[in-house]
This record gives sequence, C-alpha cells and structure tokens, in this order.
Amino acid sequence: MSYAAVHDDEHHDHKPTGIGRWLFSTNHKDIGTMYLVFALIMFFIGGAMAMVIRAELFQPGLQYVDPQFFNSMTTVHALVMIFGAVMPAGVGLANWMIPMMVGAPDMAMPRMNNMSFWILPFAFTLLLSTFFMQGGAPAGGWTMYPPLVLQLGDGLPFLIFAVHFLGLSSIMGAINIIATVFNMRAPGMTFMRLPLFVWTWIITAFLLIAAMPVLAGGVTMLLTDKFFGTAFFDAAGGGDPVMFQHVFWFFGHPEVYILVLPSFGIISQIIPTFARKPLFGYASMVYATASIAFLSFFVWAHHMFTVGMPLAGELFFMYATMAIAVPTGVKVFNWTATMWKGSMTFETPMLFAIGVLFMFTLGGFTGLMMGITPVDFQYHDTYFIVAHFHYVLVPGIVFGIISGVYYWLPKWTGHMYDETLGKWHFWTSTISVNILFFPMHFLGLAGMPRRIPDYNTQFTDWNQIISIGGFAFGLSQLLLVWVVIKCVRGGEKATDQVWEGAHGLEFTLSSPPPFHSFTTPPEVTDATAHS
Amino acid sequence: MSDSHGAYFIPEPSRWPIVGTLALFTSFIGGGMMLNGSGFGTFILGLGVAAVIYMFCGWFSDVIGESLAGNYNKQVDVSFRWGMSWFIFSEVMFFAAFFGALFYIRVLSVPWLGGEGAGFATNQFLWPDFEAVWPLLTTPDMTVAGIDSKFLAIKEVIPAFDVPLWNTIILLTSGATLTFAHWGLQKGNRKALCWWLAVTVLLGFLFVFFQAEEYAHAYHELDLTMSSGVYGSTFFMLTGFHGFHVTMGATMLLVILIRSMKGHFSEHDHFAFEGVAWYWHFVDVVWLGLFIFVYWI
Repeated sequence: MSYAAVHDDEHHDHKPTGIGRWLFSTNHKDIGTMYLVFALIMFFIGGAMAMVIRAELFQPGLQYVDPQFFNSMTTVHALVMIFGAVMPAGVGLANWMIPMMVGAPDMAMPRMNNMSFWILPFAFTLLLSTFFMQGGAPAGGWTMYPPLVLQLGDGLPFLIFAVHFLGLSSIMGAINIIATVFNMRAPGMTFMRLPLFVWTWIITAFLLIAAMPVLAGGVTMLLTDKFFGTAFFDAAGGGDPVMFQHVFWFFGHPEVYILVLPSFGIISQIIPTFARKPLFGYASMVYATASIAFLSFFVWAHHMFTVGMPLAGELFFMYATMAIAVPTGVKVFNWTATMWKGSMTFETPMLFAIGVLFMFTLGGFTGLMMGITPVDFQYHDTYFIVAHFHYVLVPGIVFGIISGVYYWLPKWTGHMYDETLGKWHFWTSTISVNILFFPMHFLGLAGMPRRIPDYNTQFTDWNQIISIGGFAFGLSQLLLVWVVIKCVRGGEKATDQVWEGAHGLEFTLSSPPPFHSFTTPPEVTDATAHS
Repeated sequence: MSDSHGAYFIPEPSRWPIVGTLALFTSFIGGGMMLNGSGFGTFILGLGVAAVIYMFCGWFSDVIGESLAGNYNKQVDVSFRWGMSWFIFSEVMFFAAFFGALFYIRVLSVPWLGGEGAGFATNQFLWPDFEAVWPLLTTPDMTVAGIDSKFLAIKEVIPAFDVPLWNTIILLTSGATLTFAHWGLQKGNRKALCWWLAVTVLLGFLFVFFQAEEYAHAYHELDLTMSSGVYGSTFFMLTGFHGFHVTMGATMLLVILIRSMKGHFSEHDHFAFEGVAWYWHFVDVVWLGLFIFVYWI
C-alpha cells in the first residue's frame, strides 16, 4: 500500500487537495483545524440554546417555550458544550500542538486520529436529531439520571448511542495522544522537559481512557433497563437508581478535570511567555496535575451529597474533595509566582490567561464551599451550583482555550491577529461573563432552583441582569469569529517565534509550519526545552 | 525513547476511517430505530454492521499490506504496543463498570432493600416481606400480594462447578496453547505455531458454544433471563459482554491463524500475534473474575 516515509531530503510540502484532503486526512494540523472549527460551531449551537434559556428566564412566568422544551435546552446545551465544544477544542489544540511541541512529524496513529474527529459530527447528528423525534430531545438533565431519563420517547436510544459514539472518539483520541507523547518525542525531549501543555494532555488522556468506558457501561445499563427488562436502576427488581449516579459520577468527576487540565496547560505556556520568565515550579506543576487527576477518581460522590448516602460516605467524599484544593492551590500560586517581578506585557492571550487565573480561582472557591457536605445541603441544585460550574467552565476553561487560540493563531496562519479587536473581545467577554454568572451566586443562596423555566417574582431583577449579561457575552463571541477569519485571510506577517518571550519547539518552525511538522527530529537541550 | 528516527512512517490519506464512521453511524441509526419498534431499523442495522465488517477487512488489509511491504519500523511497532495496551485498559474499565454494579448491588443495594441500615424505612413501607439474599431469586415487587411483578422469578441459578468450571478449564487451557503457539513462532517452528493456534481457536469457539448452551438452558428451563430482576441483569450483562469479547477474540485469533498459514510473521517481528494474544489473556482474566464473583461466591 501507499505510504510516505518522510526523509529530510525527499520532503515536499505536498498537500492533498479538494474535499478528500479533509475527509481522508491523516495530517495532524488539518485534523486539528477540523476539531477547532467543529468546536466553534458547536459553541454557537450550544450558545444559541443558552440564549433560549436566558430569554425564557428574563421574566417570571412562561413566555417563549414550554417547560419540556426548556428542559431540553438545559440538557442539550450541557451535552453540546461539554462533548461538542470544550472537549473537541481541547483535542484540536492537542492535535495541532503536541506533535510540534514534542518534535514529531505527526500523531502516532494518523488514520485513527481522522476517525476520532469524524465521529463527532455524526454523533452530534444522532443527538440533535432527537429534537425531531416523538417525545423530543432529552430533557432530564445531561446527567441522564434514571428513572427520569427512561421516560424519554424515541430519542432515548439515540441519546445513548450518541454517548457511546462520543466515548469511542475520545478513547481513540486519548490513545493516540499517549502513543504520540510516549513514543514520538525527539531525542533529548525527556519527560521533565515536556511543555506543560503536553504534560496536562497526557494526564488528561489517561483520565479519558479510565473514565469514558465507565460512562459507556453506565448508559448501556440504561439502555437494557429500558429495552431489555433489566433491573439495574429499578428498586422493585433489586437494583438502585442511585447506583446510576455512582457510575455516572465516577466518570463525571474525572470528566471535569478532562475539561480543565488542558486549559491549565495552555495558560502554563502563555504566562511564562508574557512574563518573560520560566514557569515557576515546573516539577511541582507536573506533580500537582498528576495529583489532581489521581484524586479525581475518589471524590465523585460530592455530586450526590443529598441523595442519602451513609454518613461515612459523606465524610470520606468531603475530605477527599478538600484534598484536591491542595494541588490546585500549588498551581495557582505557581502561576502567580511566575508573574512575580516578570517583565509583563498584556497581549490578548495573556489577558485571557490572567482572566483564567482570577476567575477559575473564584469558581474553585465556590467549589470548595459546596465540597462541604452540610453546606451543600443548602446549595444543592440551586443557581449557586450553576454559578460555580459556569465560572469554572467559561472563564476557567473556555477562556483558556481562547487564550490558546490567540497565542497560537499567528503560528497556525502565519499572520498576526488584530490586537485591538482581540482586546475588545477580552474586555467585552470578561465584563459580560461576570454580569452573566456572578449574580447567579446570589440567586442560588436565596434559593432559586436550577432547571426550572419559571421562578418566584423576587428573583426577577437578578435574572434580568443575568440575561442581559448572557446576551452580551454571546454577542461578544462574534468578535472571536471575526478576529479568526480576519487573521486567516491576512495580516501582518508573524515571525517564527511569534512572541518575544516564547520558547519551545513549536516556535522553531516557520509560521505557518510545514505540512509535516518535523521531518527530521530536532535535538532538544535544556536551552531549547520548555520555558 | 525510540531510537529509530531515520525515517518516520506517516500513512497516506485513507478512506477507511470515514467509512468506519459512516458504518457505525448507520448501525446506530438502525439500532435506535429497531429499539423504537421499527422493523426497517433491523435492516439498516444489518447494513451498518456489514459495513463495519467491510471497514475492518479493508483497514486491516491495508495495515497488513504495509507491514508485509516492510514499511513499519521499530517506532511504529512501539506505537502499536502503546495503542493496544491502553485499548485493553479501556476495556478493563468498561468491565469495571459492570463489576462495580454487581458489587454495589450485592453489598449495598440488596441489603438496603432488605432493611439493613438506612434502608429500614424503605423495607418497612414498600416491601416488608422482602428478604435480602444472593442469588436474588425473588425480587422485591414479587413479595407484594396482588401486584403483577415486572420480573420473572428465577427457579434456579447455574451452579459454578458444572459447565462454568469446564469453561474455565477451556479458557485457561486456551491461554496455555496460545503460549505454545507463540513459542513455536519464536523458534521458527511454523507447524507448531499453526497447530497450537488452531487448537486455541477451537477452544475459544467451544467456550462460546457452551456459553450459548448455558444461555438456552437458563432461558428455557431456569427462568433465568435478562428480565429476572437484578440477578439476571448482572448475570447476562457480565457474561454477555464477556461472551461477545471471546467471540471477537476468537475471530481475531482465526485471522492470525490464517496469516500464520500464509507465512506471515517472523521470529522477532509479529506484533499482530502478540496484540491478539494480549487481548486473549485479557478476556481470560475477565472470565476468572466472572467465574469467582458471578457463578461461585
């Protein structure tokens, strides 16, 4: 069969052409680009659902949509954002950057890499098609708790198969990343010289491989309970609906670190660049990331404090949850110390990275509050939790991804993006995201429940402010699209190093880099290793 | 770290990944329609599964061709090893979900339904006559007079030291015969390789046959079915997925056997054989877990 053994002398920058370039791609950059574009599209689809939610919640009472559809919006918004926007964006960045950062020509298994991507649009076709089925789209929450989820109509098997399909994609992607990092590193690229982004991604990949199959098992049990008469989650047959929650959150808690660790990796690249100082405490960053990942498998039941667990369980999961604050604190202090006495400049990637540092920390603190069992009894399933996880996910993770996009966009396209527009994007996003999510804390503490289309009139003022913040945040993201398109089409020529303070192998390649990144392995020394 | 950095291997663009994606997509649509009661769905599912098989044949024949052409260097070999090991680990986690469910049900949920600990009130108010025993032959809703249970009462469960024991012996033996085949390959003794592989494949399919017999017996004589409450659920979920994996593993071994007969693999370079062997030992180990926790104790 045909193949390309890429030697340094016979290398030509030949790109396949036409639609086949994308459908049959075995190129990490093309696949990475498809991942990122797909993630951006899903970000707007999920965002449109959020706009429906915020429009309905602008006033008490029922205005625009019926409650069932409202619940479909909250459910599918979450599934789209988690599995369609944030995870693919992370994998897209990994695809683009990891081979360049470790000094490889491509991912270890390029064909499997293609399949990991192409599954996504088809899996979401399965999921979104449920809107047009009898019984509508899933409306029982993205966590798919039985028995409620089993009351879904024709959409149920499609929801479950979509989850299976997405899991398959994630597992293949994760295996590819592990094989690439362990086996494709350039000579001299030892583990403790790997850029932090690569480190966070290997750890994320291990989390994916351990967690996604458990979710697959859990939803398979849902499927058999519904269609084959099993009793896993049916107490009348000896099962327990709470067991699903255990299975789900055994996946679900590592999942939140699957989402956030790549963002940690990105800002660990960016902050040293713009502080013009090496990352403070590189080794402790690596160990902290690994500790977070390890601990994430022992804290799942903090999502379930109110379901009626034995006291020993409540205590164990509370203390285990508190323990995660330690390695996370190590990271936050390291980032801060990296900036300390640095020659800082505040280009757009740095602004977003600092935004992550501040606002993720805020989300982390509210997480600690809810990690305390008795306190969680008050906050559980209120807008407080909505505020918490949106602070972590939007200014914590989406901002991290956006900062990565600004940071590497000149590398990818060969052009500098429009700095003024970038700064506008940052400030409008940051102001609106806080108007959007900060008042949710107050609503939650005052007792407003989540996933409800109507509310008591006393909550009206804050809800209106939140909705305005939401619309403003949604509109602000159009700036990102504008900046990206403008940058792809042209602009000031970017240098190879792009940023004055940037270090790492990806900045030794041309901007844009050659089609196959490193055709001859570079020699890595301490001087050329991580910043 | 790999030392073979002379030339990297990067495959040319390939149509198999997108074919595989479309095949799986078709299968899922068909499966979903079938579960929703459309007969046409079964047809689409069949089409999808056929396409999946076509994709596997095409993709692997590409890979085998590349391997025979000598395109794979040491680095590719190591990538395959990383890939296969972590794929098997993901399978371990998939089974872990079902074993976890089994332990949760046996250790926590059934005793709670029987009134232990915090389950006292549930037991008192809902099913006061329910007794927590394992194997669970009578589900809680069967203990309420005048209510038709959704589930089927089990007459008897399958004893461990009968067919399951034979199946254990068969699988353990197959692990040994597979190792003999590997030794044959390493010593360049192709005859031993093929014969021992053939024995392994036969033992694999023999296991599947016994398992199918056991299922028929369970369904027809013991009333032990998927809808026999939580005992039947865990029993069939665990043994069913295991049986499926054995079938896949035996099919993979069959492919390796055919390749061995065609003269593929050298004494030092035969990762396809080793990868399948790892997989086979993995299904073997899962079976030991099943034998102990599902059938025996």
